Amino acid sequence: MFARRRANWLYVPALAVFALFTVYPLVNGFILSLTNWNGYSPGRSFIGLDNYVRMLGDPIVGTALGNTFIYGIGSTVLQQIMGLALALALDRAIRGRSIARAIIYLPVLVSPVVMGTMYYLLFSYRYGGLNDIVVALGGERVAWLSDAGTAITIIVIVNSLQFVGISMVIYLAGLQSIPTVYYEASRVDGASAWQQFVGITVPLLQPAFATSIVLNLIGGLKLFDVIRVMTAGGPGYSTESMSTLISRFYFDNQSAGYASAVGIVLFLIIAVFTLGLNTLFNRRRLELS
Amino acid sequence: MSRLWRVAAGAGLALAALVQLVPFYVALTTSLKPRTDLSSQWVLPTSGIYLENFRIAVEDGGILRAIGSSAIITVASTALICVLGALAAYPLARRDTLGNRIVFAGIIGLIMIPPLSILVPVYTLMVQLGGINTYWGATALMVATQLPLSVFLYASFMRGLPISIEEAAVMDGAGLLSTLFRVVFPMLKPVTATVIILTSVSVWNEYALSVFILRSPDVRTTAPTIATFFASQGSNLGAAAAAALLSVVPMLVAYLVLQRYFIKGMVAGSEK
Repeated sequence: MFARRRANWLYVPALAVFALFTVYPLVNGFILSLTNWNGYSPGRSFIGLDNYVRMLGDPIVGTALGNTFIYGIGSTVLQQIMGLALALALDRAIRGRSIARAIIYLPVLVSPVVMGTMYYLLFSYRYGGLNDIVVALGGERVAWLSDAGTAITIIVIVNSLQFVGISMVIYLAGLQSIPTVYYEASRVDGASAWQQFVGITVPLLQPAFATSIVLNLIGGLKLFDVIRVMTAGGPGYSTESMSTLISRFYFDNQSAGYASAVGIVLFLIIAVFTLGLNTLFNRRRLELS
Repeated sequence: MSRLWRVAAGAGLALAALVQLVPFYVALTTSLKPRTDLSSQWVLPTSGIYLENFRIAVEDGGILRAIGSSAIITVASTALICVLGALAAYPLARRDTLGNRIVFAGIIGLIMIPPLSILVPVYTLMVQLGGINTYWGATALMVATQLPLSVFLYASFMRGLPISIEEAAVMDGAGLLSTLFRVVFPMLKPVTATVIILTSVSVWNEYALSVFILRSPDVRTTAPTIATFFASQGSNLGAAAAAALLSVVPMLVAYLVLQRYFIKGMVAGSEK
């Protein structure tokens, strides 16, 4: 029955949606990236790869590219450490752990715009709760979001705290799928808790590592919402990511062609990271089995 | 030793939970105080509860209207994503041909495209189609960005269903569509719950495209509304905090009622 070819028309509506709203824009984005279009007037001329060459010498793009990697890699590292630690803690039977899990997970469901707004209040120079603590400890008020380095660190921490719940539940599911007999057998053989962690837990969590790392890295590399709310890319262009820079070039600088080129580069970065990591993790999985 | 570990684990979890509640607490105390009250954000209001900020958030910020717009777009796109996703997944799960494998891999590949990377062409397309400031325009983009994950989840789930039930239905003379609607779709409830949760959370919170597509306050959804209101209320943080808190309420209620499904659904959705 399933050899019937006519079942295939069922995916035609979905493919039509993708063709119009995803594939066509992606192709058109590449074409626009080869022009000097300003975004609204009908005139545009073909300038070849000029936009890409221009990017190489553009310090603003250089900063945004560096920041994008900091946002991506910084958040990924923080979330793996915190997520795994929290999952290990939750894996022990403790009273109140389902409440702790629910609260730690809660920010995942809230818009990053809302989390950014609420954290902005906390980091506010004059009214912020954090500066109240600094002053109470005898220090001077700090302009947390006015310094590029501090602001980038804060954005990484806010993004990591918001989505640490995802890593936590992925690792918890991974931990709970490890058969307890492995631990029992190793205990009989006299293994220490650390030896068990390194010899059993870490290798058997491999699929969870793969899932969580890929997910967090993509999320961090395309970071947009939190930056827009907390610093709007400033001071200057110092906290800009590739995503925020695209909207700024397009809507504020009327450089639609250039913005498209930055978009194509962002897409390529994410594609290379995703495919690269998936290949790496799949190969390791084969070696383990 | 193991007792010590247990205490440390409990303390660590309690600390993490407290840290996660800090932004909500700070927003709450800020929203309940007048602008003239310069007491610390850590202190609850002492001179009674002040609700003026919430009035400003509703009347000047239009936050309730924004919640309505978010609800319309979320329901419409979630419904479309479930139906289109399940339909598309069926031949991809059941007819294992080279062509279908390529189509499937192509759809999964679409998950990698960051929304901002195609901002210029998507915005241009929406201008040409007249989709700026319309519910359908935003819904179309939400469907396009969330549908790949839905197809993937439905296809994975369908591959795990026994094919013999469908074969029996065909033996009894059922056509393709009646097999689908009477036999296959009723078995998809668990995966549909996952798709609904993942999709509605993403769409409800979406900002990166909505902020550009929905520019008029009449149609703007919650996330862009909060961001715009916040930017315009630089001196009145209390009203911004009130708006942020109000926008979270619907999602919070859903989470409290359906917490078990939320976490389970998110885990299933991430294992792709």
